Amino acid sequence: MAEKTILKAENLNFYYGSSQALKNITIRIPANQVTAFVGPSGCGKSTFLRAINRMGDLVPGTHVTGSLTFRGQEIYDPRLDVTALRRRIGMVFQKPTPFPMSIYDNVAYGPRTHGKHSRARLDELVEQSLRAAAIWDEVKDRLRKSAMGLSGGQQQRLCIARALAVKPEVLLMDEATSALDPISTARIEELTLELRERYTIVMVTHNMQQAARISDKTAFFLTGELVEMGDTEGLFSMPRDKRTEDYITGRFG
Amino acid sequence: MMRSNFDRQLRQLHQALTEMGAMCEQAIAASVSALLDGDKAGADTAMERERDIDRQEREVEALCMKLLLQQQPVAGDLRAISSALKMISDMERIGDQAADIAEITRHTGSRALPGHLHIREMARAAVKMVAGSVASFVESDLQMAKEVMIYDDVVDQLFDEVKEELTALIRSDSSSAGEALDWLMIAKYLERIGDHAVNIAEWVTYAITGSKSG
Repeated sequence: MAEKTILKAENLNFYYGSSQALKNITIRIPANQVTAFVGPSGCGKSTFLRAINRMGDLVPGTHVTGSLTFRGQEIYDPRLDVTALRRRIGMVFQKPTPFPMSIYDNVAYGPRTHGKHSRARLDELVEQSLRAAAIWDEVKDRLRKSAMGLSGGQQQRLCIARALAVKPEVLLMDEATSALDPISTARIEELTLELRERYTIVMVTHNMQQAARISDKTAFFLTGELVEMGDTEGLFSMPRDKRTEDYITGRFG
Repeated sequence: MMRSNFDRQLRQLHQALTEMGAMCEQAIAASVSALLDGDKAGADTAMERERDIDRQEREVEALCMKLLLQQQPVAGDLRAISSALKMISDMERIGDQAADIAEITRHTGSRALPGHLHIREMARAAVKMVAGSVASFVESDLQMAKEVMIYDDVVDQLFDEVKEELTALIRSDSSSAGEALDWLMIAKYLERIGDHAVNIAEWVTYAITGSKSG
């Protein structure tokens, strides 16, 4: 089956003030696959992830050159509705970020912000999202309780449910399991594989084994450049570039 | 250096495989000497080496398991370890077949190998292939590995010749049929040893290039 590209960068450069964080990135990210970005700290992988839904805009003094498109549409087009973009491209962060409100309200927050829904429709959306994030059974009897009382792993799955509630097309995961124990990590990895059916997932991870376990494609970044990208199995068994081999086998530094 | 322990373990693996390869060379050389020169001590040596090889196989296996568990290797490291696991099975088979040949020479005993049979050439070719495959591993030498793969055709061709020679032998003197079957078994073992040497050469190639054909 031919791969459908959903996100495409061409000669993308990203600057924080005068410091260049991404250099001439050209990459195609396929739809309905898990793409992992790996590389040492400061290599630009998180900058690139955040550029995809323009979270980078939140840092003052940034600017971008080159092209970055989502379904053919320029993400940095000044006329683009950024809020609408972020609804279609959701994000989950390293630390779980539940809002200090009930579990139900956390998930309903996005749909309420993006439009008016009937009570019944909201209930339905909340349940669907919590089920999709594999946490429904654990919280269905305490939807009105504060989300802050959940464990770290549950909070992270709640955040995934919250991201899914607005029906995004892409889910960006920025080291989404690095603060979790192995069991919660395994649940989120399983979940990621299930979500791939309906969403495109782009993740940043420092865990090489995680990238090898759950991603279809892996991209290796180094000092702002994309060194290589390919099928995960190929990249981890026979990397094309010596720098990739050195990094993934721990020969750096 | 942040992976000095891992590198030390990989060197240890390489060393253990080099030793196992040397045992295979000794086993096949000894059984061939028993076969061609009636060297009785050679048969004993081949049997002993076969036991050493089995023991070494278990040790290398345990080391590979430990490396997989502790280091979760990727890229070149993963290829080195997975090919080691494959190579030791071929080495173990070489040891078995060398011992099988030695076993047959024990009861063929005084009966000398008929001079016209091409088993002699086959035996030398098998020794050469095993030595070549082991050397290609020790030296990480792709060219040497390739030569082993190509040389397999020579052994296969010799095997066909031996079969024809043995058929002729049985036709001309049916009382020698039992003896001929022993020679046939030996020829088959030698042919298999050649195949295992090719497998080793392929795994050496895979470890270096990521593809078994190079």
